[in-house]
Formats: sequence, C-alpha cells, structure tokens
Amino acid sequence: MDNDKLIIGGHEFNSRFILGSGKYSMKLIDAAVKYAGAEIITLAVRRANTKDQENILDYIPNGVTLLPNTSGARNAQEAVRIARLARELGCGDFVKIEIMRDSKYLLPDNTETIKATEILSKEGFVVMPYMYPDLNVARDLVNAGAASIMPLASPIGSNKGLATKEFIQILIDEIDLPIIVDAGIGRPSQACEAMEMGAAAIMANTALATAGDLPMMASAFCSAIEAGRQAYLSGLGRVLTRGASASDPLTGFLRD
Amino acid sequence: MVKINGELLDVAGKTVTEYLSLTDYNTKRIAVERNGDIILKSEYDTAILCEGDIVEVVSFVGGG
Repeated sequence: MDNDKLIIGGHEFNSRFILGSGKYSMKLIDAAVKYAGAEIITLAVRRANTKDQENILDYIPNGVTLLPNTSGARNAQEAVRIARLARELGCGDFVKIEIMRDSKYLLPDNTETIKATEILSKEGFVVMPYMYPDLNVARDLVNAGAASIMPLASPIGSNKGLATKEFIQILIDEIDLPIIVDAGIGRPSQACEAMEMGAAAIMANTALATAGDLPMMASAFCSAIEAGRQAYLSGLGRVLTRGASASDPLTGFLRD
Repeated sequence: MVKINGELLDVAGKTVTEYLSLTDYNTKRIAVERNGDIILKSEYDTAILCEGDIVEVVSFVGGG
C-alpha cells in the first residue's frame, strides 16, 4: 500500500481524494484539507473584486496542488482562455476542463472538451477533462493528450451518487489513464463503491459543502476512499448468481 | 473608454500599472486579459490601454 501512488501527468500523489473549495467559507479550507488528507484542491477563476482583499490562495496550505477549473466556459475557446489566465495567476500547469452549454443540468459538452484538451495539452498543461462517461469520447481525450479522465457520477451538485456506474466501469476497464469520478458523489459509501470498482480517485465538493460538519465529513470520505481502494487492490470476493455457500465446514457432528 | 470587467471606464492611454494603481485590486493575486489575450505581469508597465479595449481582471475563487 505504501507504493500505491496516484500518478497524474507525471506527478505523484498519495491521496486519492480531490477536494473542491466551492460553496463554503475559506476559513474551513485548512480543516477540510487536513481531514480529507487531500493533496489536490480545485479552484475557479472569476472576475476579481476590489472590495475583498482576502484571497482564497491565502487559505490553502502549502504543498497542496492547485487544480483550477474552467467553469463558466461554454466552448473550447473560452475554456482555453480561462486555463491560460489560471496559469498566469501563477499556480502551476494543472487544469480541470469543464465546459457546459446548459445551465439547468450543467452537463459537460464532450465535443468541446476534446477540442480544449487537445489545445491545452499541446501548451504543456496537465489536462484533466470533466466529461459525460462515454468510451469513444474517453479514447478521443486520451489521444488529445489528457492526463486523466473525470467522468461524472450524476448531475453536478446533486449528491445523487453513481447514476452512471455501468459506463464509468467501462472507462475503468478500457482506459489506461486514471479515471477520477467527479460530480454527484454525495456520500462516503458512494465514494467507496467507486473506488472498489477501480476508480483512481474521487473528486467531491458539494457533498462536503452541504454536510452538517464539513471537516468530519471530509474525514469520513477520506476513510471511505481508502477502504474502497484497499478493497479494489485486494480483489473483491466473488458473487454467487444463485444459492448459498457455507462459511463453516459442512461436516456436522450433532446428527451423526 | 475601456471596458474593464464589464464596466466602461475612462482610462484609455494609461498603462496597466497606472490603471491598477487607481484601484484596490490585490495585484499579487490577479491576472489581466485584453481582447482575449493575456497581458503578462512583466508587461504591466508598458502595456497601454486603448480606446475600445475589453479587459478582464480575474482571480481565483472557491470552486469544484
């Protein structure tokens, strides 16, 4: 287990929990990172304001890798602009591509995401595209230079869990890049299940931001993700299609 | 006029540095884009804002 590293674009991580930073107080980030055991945290890029001198970067512990997203982008061109601005903000080359055309369901635009991945990977970014789980699209993203694939589990922010389970499993089975389940994971048990399936990591934000006690929920997710990872590495026991199988020796003595 | 973060401002002819000095932006934590292209920090002293430019000044916020 000690050598079980998550490798994204040549960078090694021990934690398999990618933490979001949206929809909660910046003052909770330090505790969230600590209890989540997180080594990667996502951020968004927005118009700066002059009223608030506090900046989220001042609240993120040193050593945590920043993963800016391109939320707000409606096409590849806008995502590329946001990614370049994020890099200019001086926090490394990681970018999570997030392109949405529709504000009701917030579903990712896979076609534009492939285009943006191709452009940004050529510019040296470590590109982590958020996508609707589709094997053909995932293969195109691999060819476009993605460093990982981030399929959604259910609509973003819904906490509904693994609605796309079968299709995520196909990606895990067929794609060699880390498959990081992003969006919709609402409970630690769902994170654990995705990890048991062989997901490389879990990204969660709303599940924590809407929890009663954020740091405690971060800790619960951390435990669940580790448990799921160990279960996957150990190899799950088989499932019988019918009937039963005794766990005890079948040679009784009382009726002999 | 220059459109900065959606607002029309009378700052044409000023450098980025001169414009920023009139504001309360935390200049260590921002990036500046003009007409879709980034203005590097090293260019702030020399890049002059022009009539009709569309400028975005951005920073990081919480996000998922």
